[in-house]
Amino acid sequence: MSDGTLTPPVSERDHVTGPEDAPVTLVEYGDYECPYCGMAHPIVKKAQHELGEQLRFVFRHFPLAEAHPHAQLAAQAAEAAGAQGRFWEMHDMIFEHQDALEPEDIIGYAKSLGLDAAQLARDLEAGTYIKRVRDDFRNGVRSGVNGTPTFFVNGIRYDGSWANEQAFIGALRDAARQGVRAAVGSSSR
Amino acid sequence: MSESDFDRPAPNILPAGVPAPDFALNATPDQVLRLSELRGRPVILVFYPADWSPVCGDQVALYNEILPEFREYGAEILGISVDGVWSHAAFARDRKLHFPLLADFEPKGAVARAYGAYREEDGTSERALFVLDSEGIIRWSYCSPIAVNPGADGILSALESISGKSAPARTESFENPAEARP
Repeated sequence: MSDGTLTPPVSERDHVTGPEDAPVTLVEYGDYECPYCGMAHPIVKKAQHELGEQLRFVFRHFPLAEAHPHAQLAAQAAEAAGAQGRFWEMHDMIFEHQDALEPEDIIGYAKSLGLDAAQLARDLEAGTYIKRVRDDFRNGVRSGVNGTPTFFVNGIRYDGSWANEQAFIGALRDAARQGVRAAVGSSSR
Repeated sequence: MSESDFDRPAPNILPAGVPAPDFALNATPDQVLRLSELRGRPVILVFYPADWSPVCGDQVALYNEILPEFREYGAEILGISVDGVWSHAAFARDRKLHFPLLADFEPKGAVARAYGAYREEDGTSERALFVLDSEGIIRWSYCSPIAVNPGADGILSALESISGKSAPARTESFENPAEARP
């Protein structure tokens, strides 16, 4: 079975926020329509706020499209916004409006963010980013992602609780102290 | 998960190298699927404790999404639990599953027992995975703690090993080869 190691490592293809030399890199595999990912979103935000320059955050797509019929399009929309340099704004917008992810809602978010909504609509129509999203999904499977959200802390799957905000942020702080490789949660399962 | 999951001895599921016991189980109320009919291609057997329970739901949902990758190896995937055909039909419809769920219902758990994957104390099967090659030989098996979704990476590695080629996911994943993983 997987040793729970992130494959491939974080690279230029990823959506990254936070300093490149931060002692902690948190990677989330998430699904924009998954309620648990919605619950995790403000917890990640809080961790980013509390750790500041100590934390680099990366989001990869893991849409369970049969269970969540809007997840795939939402992921493509975030990518299309990313192509316009606004991935994280759309990412936040989608997570804050998980109950309204129809195509017209998405286009509305693009407009309210000041994006080129017509271009974004064309990208969705053409399926420009389907493969990009699928690539994330596939490498997530190979990294041992078994549901959403799945987090990796400094490349190792975090099997502890994220719903316990204090424990989660505490684990990230520990990882920051330990530097290069985190020994958070149980990485042996 | 409870601590007792860790305390109980590891179940003796059939290991790699052993011929997979043949079986014939109902896939629908009027359709029987026999394992040996699938000779000639790899088969993934997914024993799971019960329809509807949360972890199983996640597990089957995950495999449902990964079907295109499994099919790239020509592999068939079969879910097996002791639930009856009507429960399976409703569960599959609810979760929009695109692979068969087999009813190991009468005699209850007989197939799970043949694979060493029956939990006497619960009257259900273990959460056990088997990957068979095209000759029907078990090439990989794994029993997960009952509350842990085992994911799919072990299955894909086994299929990769059987096919003797690297995983499509590893070679076709990136549009820009410069960004491909090492």
